[in-house]
Amino acid sequence: MRTLGFLLTVACVIASAFWAYHENYKTQEVYGETRALQREIGAARSRLAVLKAEWAYLNRPERLHELADLNFERLGLLPLSPKHFGHVDEVRFPTTRESPLELDFEESIEVSSEGEDQ
Amino acid sequence: MTRKPLRPLAAILDARRKGADPDAIERANTQQRHEAIRTELRGVGEGRLLVLGVMFFCAFSVIGARMGLLASSEPTENRAVRTQVEILAQRADIVDRRGRILATNIETHSLYAQPQEMIEPERAARELVKIFPDLEAERLLEDFTGKRKFLWVMKKISPEQKQRVHDIGEPGLLFGPREARLYPNGKLASHVLGGTSFGREGVHAAEVIGTAGVEKQFDSYLRAPANGESPLQLSLDMTVQAAAERVLHGGMRLMGAKGASSILMDVHTGEIISVVSLPDFDPNNRPQLPTQGSPDDSPLFNRALQGVYELGSTFKAFTIAQALDLELVDPATMIDTRGPLRWGKHRIRDFHDHGNELPVETVLTESSNIGTARIAKMIGAERQKGFLGQLGLLERTSVEMPEAHGGMPLTPKNWSEISTMTISYGHGLSTTPMHLAAAYAAIANGGRKITPTLLHGNGRNYGPRVMSSDVATTMLGMLRKVVTDGTASFAEVAGYSVGGKTGTADKPKPSGGYYDEKVIATFASVFPTNKPRYVLVVTLDEPEVFSYDEKRRSAGWTAAPVAAEYINRVAPLLGLRPDVEPGRPTGITLTSN
Repeated sequence: MRTLGFLLTVACVIASAFWAYHENYKTQEVYGETRALQREIGAARSRLAVLKAEWAYLNRPERLHELADLNFERLGLLPLSPKHFGHVDEVRFPTTRESPLELDFEESIEVSSEGEDQ
Repeated sequence: MTRKPLRPLAAILDARRKGADPDAIERANTQQRHEAIRTELRGVGEGRLLVLGVMFFCAFSVIGARMGLLASSEPTENRAVRTQVEILAQRADIVDRRGRILATNIETHSLYAQPQEMIEPERAARELVKIFPDLEAERLLEDFTGKRKFLWVMKKISPEQKQRVHDIGEPGLLFGPREARLYPNGKLASHVLGGTSFGREGVHAAEVIGTAGVEKQFDSYLRAPANGESPLQLSLDMTVQAAAERVLHGGMRLMGAKGASSILMDVHTGEIISVVSLPDFDPNNRPQLPTQGSPDDSPLFNRALQGVYELGSTFKAFTIAQALDLELVDPATMIDTRGPLRWGKHRIRDFHDHGNELPVETVLTESSNIGTARIAKMIGAERQKGFLGQLGLLERTSVEMPEAHGGMPLTPKNWSEISTMTISYGHGLSTTPMHLAAAYAAIANGGRKITPTLLHGNGRNYGPRVMSSDVATTMLGMLRKVVTDGTASFAEVAGYSVGGKTGTADKPKPSGGYYDEKVIATFASVFPTNKPRYVLVVTLDEPEVFSYDEKRRSAGWTAAPVAAEYINRVAPLLGLRPDVEPGRPTGITLTSN
């Protein structure tokens, strides 16, 4: 009985040592992965920062003004002035063919009786 | 082991034969046996003690060793919580009120040399000068061949320059990463942003520290690693700022002024939407501080915050507002405007003769110095000082810029009656345009003090009340009349109901006295007066315009039209819809035959 207990204990020790060894290597691997991901995130962030800076640089008011001047014939962009304000009812309703509001009035049925006598 | 018998037969028999007591032998043997057992047990006990001692020793030495190790080693962060330390260490961005970038960082490189690693120092020096024309070949060669083991060649180089240096192929030329501050909009809002420079420098990194403007004021916030992701949001609006700089630059050229400044402020929150000072500079390449000449000739000088000027007739609005608030006069009270007004050896004159008397309202619209001085006499020095103090005109503004510290108003040493009279029309007390804007904001928002700020806040930010709301409303009506009927007729902008006051002050000579032909022209305005939202102060330094066969310098001819163009351009950008002003009721004219 004592021998059996002894053997079991030894087996347990070996098993737990093997488990610990295994976990250790798994942890190391995950650490490595995290490091790689963090490096990747860092690189992506610095790229993002550069792109943001570039976007801000390309959109600087001075350049946009020059571009608007250069393309005036095509775009006709002017600085915003008080004359550009209007009322909603001054805006023309779009009259495209695809407009769903274009109704077919042929073969319509008169439902109103107003003015029937005339 | 062989067990020794307690009563060995031979010894017993021998003792019996000799007549001795055989029990004595047994006793002696028993004693011997007990002693042997005791000795053995002691050995076991000592052995156990030793094992225990060794165990304790080991345990304590492990703990001790660990403690020693912890104490002597460099602390390292736990890996699981280490996230992006190198990225977070970046200086935080600065953005405008709508989140558009005003200042950010880019990665650049610095160039340094390790001469002992160099193979061809002569060629390296030659090639470097080709890439960077401002380096000197002789000096570089001297450094490269001398005893130095390390030297900086360039602090910031572009990626193209880096590639070209790389192409030289010299192993002794090395690059270090550098984080550089970039102002993508160039000169836009340069005075507000200020600039940065490098602090402590190492091969692998360098500190970026703010040298002026908000970069300096909020340096610790911007540098704190925890704020890397949360940018500093200013109250400026980039679009408005760009339009304002353009209009003001055009106005400055047109009016022949050598400098100009403008401030646009929200009258309810005190947020500065735009602040311009011309001439300006590029914060990416901040010029050196001037070593000679007047400091206000340098583009670094912020006229809006540091320029302490006598702002002339714009102050009349405060005098009249106080007189109305104290109920000394009402808008229709007639004031004696016969001139010149003498006080001791001083004489107060008007720009032109206004006749014998004018109502208070016309004193403001026609800008009569004599009339205002008489009203100030009624108020008295103490009360005037108190009122101007309440408006914040006697102390530095609290704008979040180190430059605001230089804008200390100049007050008379002895606030006598003549000082009261001259201050009433803006002479004898010098303030910055920012002070004026804050004080006009108090009139515009219904009489509550406003603290100007550069930070984007949330909601109204009223200080204590400085005048009753009725007085503020009356004042707005009068300021509107200055534009419709008075000196500032060029400031009229259709649809925006501008109200304001012009001010033309002679520039003081550094040696004392005043220049005859150099003025500071100011126009302080509120718009729209029927529902005030913004205060605009435009100041031109030494304007001079030739129109209608005459050289004109007064603010009505110079600053007012610039302000009108400014409002025309900027008000739509601020989302203000032009409004058809409710016309004054016209009386029905009865006609009969």
